[in-house]
Amino acid sequence: MVTNIFKKLKTEAPFHIVKRTDIPRWKKWVIRLVTVLVSLLLCGIISSILKPNSFGTFFDEMFKGTFSTPRRIVNLFQETAMLLCIALAVTPAFKMKFWNIGAEGQVLMGALMCATCMRYMGGSVADPVIIIVALVASVAGGAVWGAIPAIFKAKWNTNETLFTLMMNYIAMGLIAFIITVWVPSGSGVVGIIRYGQFPRLGQYPYILNIIIVAVLVVIMYIYLRFSKHGYELSVVGESVNTAKYIGINVRKVIVRTMILSGALCGIAGWLLVGGTSYTISTSIVAGRGFTAILISWLAHFNPIAMVISSFLIAFLSQGSMQAASTFGFGGSFPNIITAVFFFLVIASEFFISYRIKLRRKMNVEGEEIQPSKLEKFDNSITEFFANIENKIFRLFTKRKTKTVADNSVAAVENECLQIPATSQTDDLTATIQNSDCAEVSDKEVQE
Amino acid sequence: MENNVAIQLKGITKTFGEVIANNNVDLTVYRGEVLSILGENGSGKTTLMNMIAGIYYPDAGEIIIDDEAVSIRSPKDAFSHHIGMIHQHFKLVDVFSAADNIILGEEFKGFNIKTEEAAIRAAHKKENEEFEAYVPEEHTGILSYMTAPKFHTEKETKRKIAALPFIKLKKHIQFGWLARNRAQVLQSIANKYGFEIDLKKKIYDMSVSEKQTVEIIKVLYRNADILILDEPTAVLTPQEIKKLFAVLRRMREDGKSIIIITHKLNEVMEISDRVAVLRKGEHIATVNTSETNEQELTEMMVGKKIELNIDRTEPHDVEDRLIVENISSTSHDGVKVLDNVSFTARSGEILGIAGIAGSGQRELLEAIAGLQKLNAGDIWYFDPTKENEKVDLRSKSPVQIRNMGVRLSFVPEDRLGMGLVGNMDLIDNMMLRSYNKGKTMFLDRKSPKTLAETIVDDLEVVTPSTHTPVRRLSGGNVQKVLVGREIAAAPTVLMAAYPVRGLDINSSYTIYNLLNDQKEKGVAVIFVGEDLDVLIDLCDRIMVICGGKITGIVDGRSAKKDEIGLLMTNNTKMTEDVIESMIEEG
Repeated sequence: MVTNIFKKLKTEAPFHIVKRTDIPRWKKWVIRLVTVLVSLLLCGIISSILKPNSFGTFFDEMFKGTFSTPRRIVNLFQETAMLLCIALAVTPAFKMKFWNIGAEGQVLMGALMCATCMRYMGGSVADPVIIIVALVASVAGGAVWGAIPAIFKAKWNTNETLFTLMMNYIAMGLIAFIITVWVPSGSGVVGIIRYGQFPRLGQYPYILNIIIVAVLVVIMYIYLRFSKHGYELSVVGESVNTAKYIGINVRKVIVRTMILSGALCGIAGWLLVGGTSYTISTSIVAGRGFTAILISWLAHFNPIAMVISSFLIAFLSQGSMQAASTFGFGGSFPNIITAVFFFLVIASEFFISYRIKLRRKMNVEGEEIQPSKLEKFDNSITEFFANIENKIFRLFTKRKTKTVADNSVAAVENECLQIPATSQTDDLTATIQNSDCAEVSDKEVQE
Repeated sequence: MENNVAIQLKGITKTFGEVIANNNVDLTVYRGEVLSILGENGSGKTTLMNMIAGIYYPDAGEIIIDDEAVSIRSPKDAFSHHIGMIHQHFKLVDVFSAADNIILGEEFKGFNIKTEEAAIRAAHKKENEEFEAYVPEEHTGILSYMTAPKFHTEKETKRKIAALPFIKLKKHIQFGWLARNRAQVLQSIANKYGFEIDLKKKIYDMSVSEKQTVEIIKVLYRNADILILDEPTAVLTPQEIKKLFAVLRRMREDGKSIIIITHKLNEVMEISDRVAVLRKGEHIATVNTSETNEQELTEMMVGKKIELNIDRTEPHDVEDRLIVENISSTSHDGVKVLDNVSFTARSGEILGIAGIAGSGQRELLEAIAGLQKLNAGDIWYFDPTKENEKVDLRSKSPVQIRNMGVRLSFVPEDRLGMGLVGNMDLIDNMMLRSYNKGKTMFLDRKSPKTLAETIVDDLEVVTPSTHTPVRRLSGGNVQKVLVGREIAAAPTVLMAAYPVRGLDINSSYTIYNLLNDQKEKGVAVIFVGEDLDVLIDLCDRIMVICGGKITGIVDGRSAKKDEIGLLMTNNTKMTEDVIESMIEEG
């Protein structure tokens, strides 16, 4: 029996993978939404494995950790903003296919410059001046850290991945060294620096950070989409040959973009020190420089979509942190949850670009062989989901869509035809009804 | 005829996403024949052959070899069914010698201990029986003793069987060891079919035709009886094609089946016994070559009658537009790619450039466009808007050239890798040329949009919308977009490198007409082509380049194909006499 199956598998693949040429936008979003829900479900299952009967309470805790108090909501948005800021920073570089994995180091340099300004200027100059000077210094610090690998890449075509990664360690070492200078006791902890902290807007902290990042999102969106620079860097990213062919100075674009990327990282460092923790340590960035790359990638380098992806990550990590502390899961639990999420979301991209198709069998005469039970089952599932998708879509858009199964088209049409029949409509709508029943249902809704 | 079938396809269907590459194709290939698969680009020729060669697996349908449906899931399976394919882009390891490439991937022929054991037992049993039946007639000395059957004891048999695992190990080691004389062994295969090749040569030292020979020997070495050649003549000179065809004929006489994928009609007529025509993935007909003609085949291929003539008008108002003087250039690894090249491009004239692929055509055009560094020489442009003022183009960047008011358009060979950006839509691709205009830092998408719409309308580009990424368009439409954009810049010099490569007949003629229109408008057109027939029909003058050197400039109206072919191979050691004799031999 088993050998029979193997023999069968050897002679014919039961399914094959087909590239989707065109997928409607709403379908993409349905796939993504389902993925997010599935990943949350899976996280709940993981939690209930670790602690029996915690399936429901896990979700309770997730929301408790993120939305229960205004303070927590602000924290959630602050975390989102920090991830978003760094994601925005790496985006132009990645769009240019410059694999900048040195965001961590560039943020650290920005943070270091900010802390330096706060420490040495504090007391002698007014706080707003310190904040402005710290901003300039942080931007410069990040930009320099970003520009160094870019210049080497432009001039000698060095490998930017290794280069930026190594720059991270240099930045970390530099900060560790400076901390030992600042704190001679050897505790390695720089206390809260009292000067040059961001002013608190309203009742809660971090509001200013969130506003600044929101403005940056808009600026970066415009920069990437509508500016000549943004166009140039995407041409360089798509094809260096094309860029040369139309006369773009590729070296200049690489260096310029990396300065921008580094500068934005510097701003993130400035926000982290001046507006969040008011102190500095080597672990201040806490891996956000790498998480941000995934965020940017998941959003397909679209700043607006990055808002969503960074919010989801922040929600998951903050929420699962709460769950972990309540259930006593330990510090690795949030990492597991975010990993599950990333894994599934990245896997979902596969289903967006490919379709899995069962092989139809033909006999020698070229006639189709009746589908097997498994295939029938699969077909009915496909049909079922197509119907549901269709209904959801119609719910939102009130438009008729193409369906996989023909009979569901018929079903949709029947539904449409019944509406005007029951309600007394004039001749005009009756004529429209034949040509496009979607419009009719629109009219119905308005009435 | 029945048992003469080499391979039979029944109802083969293959789809890629929404695209149907092959639809219900039936095809029969007989032993000892040359079958041409004819069709335009995108008609599914290569896909069909890839399914026989195990690259793709059909969605539906059957492949029948020796009255048995087989499933070919990989090239390895294909070899086990004696099918070998020579792909258009050779799959060879550059740093290996030809012989090593040929034996590469060879499978260790299984050594089954159980069957070997049974064989030994059977042999010993037989010999023992013979021994018992043997009656010595008379003693004739030691010789009779040696020829007499021997008796094998059970112990002896067991000893032999016990040694089998070690024999297997030995064979494995022997297989994993490269024999010193491997090149000589393989040479015998080469000689059998009359290949002239040195199998000890490294691939990177080889010409395209030699590489192709290696691919063919490789397939023969794997005992292939069905050889599939995907556009084998596309990269060869007329002389090399003759040589190849001679070899193919010899293989046919040897009983091999040869399938040639091509879209060149004259070659179909010359080499094949039968022709199978595909159109849009469907099998239209299979006809005997002797019972058809080129016009009929074209109609089957395209589905309608089309005129295969290019009208060439007499150039008028000819004046020198671009003078290239003694330019030389080296590539990154120090190889001379352009060697002392001089020529003049004139307005209102099409200058064709012929040559084997990679002879320096690309570098020459890129040098003029400002993309290739020059070691020596000058490039002069005569600006018609400023009373033919002389402008120096040497060592200028593309931006500098544009800023000097030189209207130079360039359709590069690599459409989606250089001329266009595949992932961007039509509008953004139009913008490539114009995005930098204006002083604001923001992009102007309005005028590129109108331009894109005009090109879509004028050149009949088939596209869902102007917002479709160009990589989704078919080859012909991509080229129309690129040529359209370049022509829209109202050039005075238009350079086009292989503008019809990979295009179907209709699209090709659209492009030829566009080039002719530009010529009429007084543009100096430089056209790099690969099809000599087209070059001779289209161009006013044909310049032949070989190994970075100009080997001759001939008049397009009086040029002969063989003459150009000779110039194309000028700097190889072949003398004219050798080639002449080769042509005579056929």
